[in-house]
Amino acid sequence: MIDMEAKFEKLENELKEVNTNAEALKKTFLELTELKHILSKTQIFFDEQEQSLETESYQGLLVPYEIRASGGILQLSFVAGVILRERLPLFERMLWRVCRGNVFLRQSEIDVPLEDYVTGEKSNKCVFIIFFQGEQLKTRVKKICEGFRATLYPCPETAAERREMSIGVMSRLEDLNKVLEQTKDHRYRVLVNAAKDIKLWISKVQKIKAIYHTLNLFDLDVTQKCLIAECWCAVSDLDRIQLALRRGTERSGSTVPSILNRMNTQETPPTYHNTNKFTRGFQNIVDAYGVADYREVNPAPYTIITFPFLFAVMFGDAGHGLLMALFGLWMVVKEKTLSAKKSDNEIWNTFFNGRYIILLMGTFSIYTGVIYNDAFAKSYNIFGSSWSAPPKEDKDPNLYPEHIQLNPLEHFSNSSYPFGIDPVWQVASNKILFLNSYKMKVSVILGVSQMLFGVLLSFLNHRYFRQPLNIVCEFLPQLIFLLAIFGYLVVLIFVKWVTFDASQSSCASSLLIMLINMFLMTYPKDPCYLKEMYNGQRYIQTGLVIIAVVCIPWMLLTKPFVQLYQWKQKLHKMTQHSPIEENAGEIEDRVNQHHSGTSHGESDGEFDFGNVFIHQAIHTIEYCLGSISHTASYLRLWALSLAHAQLSEVLWTMVMRIGINASLQYGFLMMYFIFAAWAVLTIGVLLIMEGLSAFLHALRLHWVEFQSKFYGGGGYMFVPFSFKAILESAEKEDI
Amino acid sequence: MSAVPLIVVTSLWGIVGVIVPWFVPKGENRGVIQVMLVTTAVCCYIFWLCTYMMQMNPLFGPQIENKTLTLIWSNKW
Repeated sequence: MIDMEAKFEKLENELKEVNTNAEALKKTFLELTELKHILSKTQIFFDEQEQSLETESYQGLLVPYEIRASGGILQLSFVAGVILRERLPLFERMLWRVCRGNVFLRQSEIDVPLEDYVTGEKSNKCVFIIFFQGEQLKTRVKKICEGFRATLYPCPETAAERREMSIGVMSRLEDLNKVLEQTKDHRYRVLVNAAKDIKLWISKVQKIKAIYHTLNLFDLDVTQKCLIAECWCAVSDLDRIQLALRRGTERSGSTVPSILNRMNTQETPPTYHNTNKFTRGFQNIVDAYGVADYREVNPAPYTIITFPFLFAVMFGDAGHGLLMALFGLWMVVKEKTLSAKKSDNEIWNTFFNGRYIILLMGTFSIYTGVIYNDAFAKSYNIFGSSWSAPPKEDKDPNLYPEHIQLNPLEHFSNSSYPFGIDPVWQVASNKILFLNSYKMKVSVILGVSQMLFGVLLSFLNHRYFRQPLNIVCEFLPQLIFLLAIFGYLVVLIFVKWVTFDASQSSCASSLLIMLINMFLMTYPKDPCYLKEMYNGQRYIQTGLVIIAVVCIPWMLLTKPFVQLYQWKQKLHKMTQHSPIEENAGEIEDRVNQHHSGTSHGESDGEFDFGNVFIHQAIHTIEYCLGSISHTASYLRLWALSLAHAQLSEVLWTMVMRIGINASLQYGFLMMYFIFAAWAVLTIGVLLIMEGLSAFLHALRLHWVEFQSKFYGGGGYMFVPFSFKAILESAEKEDI
Repeated sequence: MSAVPLIVVTSLWGIVGVIVPWFVPKGENRGVIQVMLVTTAVCCYIFWLCTYMMQMNPLFGPQIENKTLTLIWSNKW
């Protein structure tokens, strides 16, 4: 540190010296230049006078001072100088007024703008020469010149002397020029040398500054003459930290070792997730919603797969997925070179930091695209379609008489297409009707599965924090409520797929209306699609509804009242025994439960029943209403995949097909441009816009529908001291 | 109804989701990789299963226009 200070001081002094030298040199240079101009211009003045004298006899004020004819010629003195061009008119007027017209001024402009030695600006100046008679006028003229900051120069009277002076000035100017050049070179060299090291110095200074800031956070222990700091560190890293402390002691050569002691505290520690370059992206998108509470379940490992999967359900095109996966793969393979470039472009940095996410999203999109049998709006018939064309009615081999809707009883091969959606649907005009029913059911199934998983994760949380009360009063009723209504709906979906076929298609149950009737407890017999699907359905459904309705007061009432009872027991016990013994025992019990939800009701001997009850009521309402609205919210999986499929189909039909159908002569040329248009639109609209849209919706599904079932999200991040982070943030500030 | 696709796909995702996690090499990433394998297997299998089951008993058929039908009939497709 001290070395660097000394170095910087030396450098500063050197530069200051060089600058002052340069200034002095420039001043002299300016004066000499002005003198040169003066000498040349005054020569012109005097020559003119000579000429005019020769050509005509000149009487009047202007009498050449040169003694040519003796007697009768007045002795005029003169001063010569240089003044800024802008000030000249005012200068002339002032002279005229002050000296009452008894002076004569001649001026001539200097063509070359002269550089000011302090500011380095170039300004235009004029040479002037003033003739006057007498001492008084002389003092007046001199005062006025000072006031206008015109610089006066001594000008010799005879032409010969002037010529000599001129030559002297020229040679001095040349010398001065050389010296100035050399000074400039020297200064340049000094600066270049400094510039090589400056980045290193800046980063060193920032690091030292950060270290001092951190040292400021230490406390000075006066009795033992040492610094004490309280800090958080990861338990798994304790050994490494001890090692690092020992290394530091050795390197600094001190005899006193640094000591690390573990202490107990009631404060909530920060949350630390150990991530590598792959998992960091996913952890970031989870943390963007809220950092996990200390030691609660981290949704990130599950998000690594479920997020790209839900994205892919909405994106669902094998061709686009392939493009996206290739882009992600390129970024991953070229990681090192790309990250070394350190771009400022925020958009590129966002994409680059999410390269693993993009790669996974693309890969899953290829899978869902194969299942949806959709690649750039085309289907592939790999296994042979299950649907066949009907035999034709008349013998015309070329054309069927009309549009036909294939009958599943006659034209269906009774086996499902092995992997994905049958390719015949791509060319069917009622494709959307079929796919809608399919995608809506899949969305509900996936949604209920993810929400069920979320509720199960909350069980893990309750078990870890040892809150059996929560398991009985919150987890169980939540689970039963969700399964009784929506789990049952999922089962019905699967049952309907298996039991109904085309022979009863007009009587296939409508699941939605059945669900509504289940709650209204009405079981009509008339339209056959509202009849019971299986025997005893009425009783089972009534039972499920009753169980679900019972869960609501279970969720609402049990926990607050049990907590009230527990509190009263505690008070009862405390009044019976002596207070001192009691506190010791109670504190031990309470430490474990300190994190949990008991904190919002209790505080140092108070149990606010109203607060707890309201909190529980909000939680119950949120869960029950939320389970319905979140299930419906998962239908966005259907909506976005429909939009994507339709957009890509439109792009094919309206853009690419024009090129393919074009005539032979111009077709290839048209196709060239049309492919370009199709490609640009595919990448811009389908990949980027739809990709961002599906990303956003998948993210929302995770943040709201999934995480609201178990996530606390109220913690704060563990931010250790890191040189890299400090240097990066300092760079960003500069930019 | 052929059971071949059902057996093949179920066993494929069964291997990925149940058998492979046992063979993940020990290291600090073992847990994450196991979670990833199981989640992938569950998600992808459910997705395939729904698609397969939905087409087992279709309630209505595709409505195809006559030119396409001709192509299908003459096995050009």
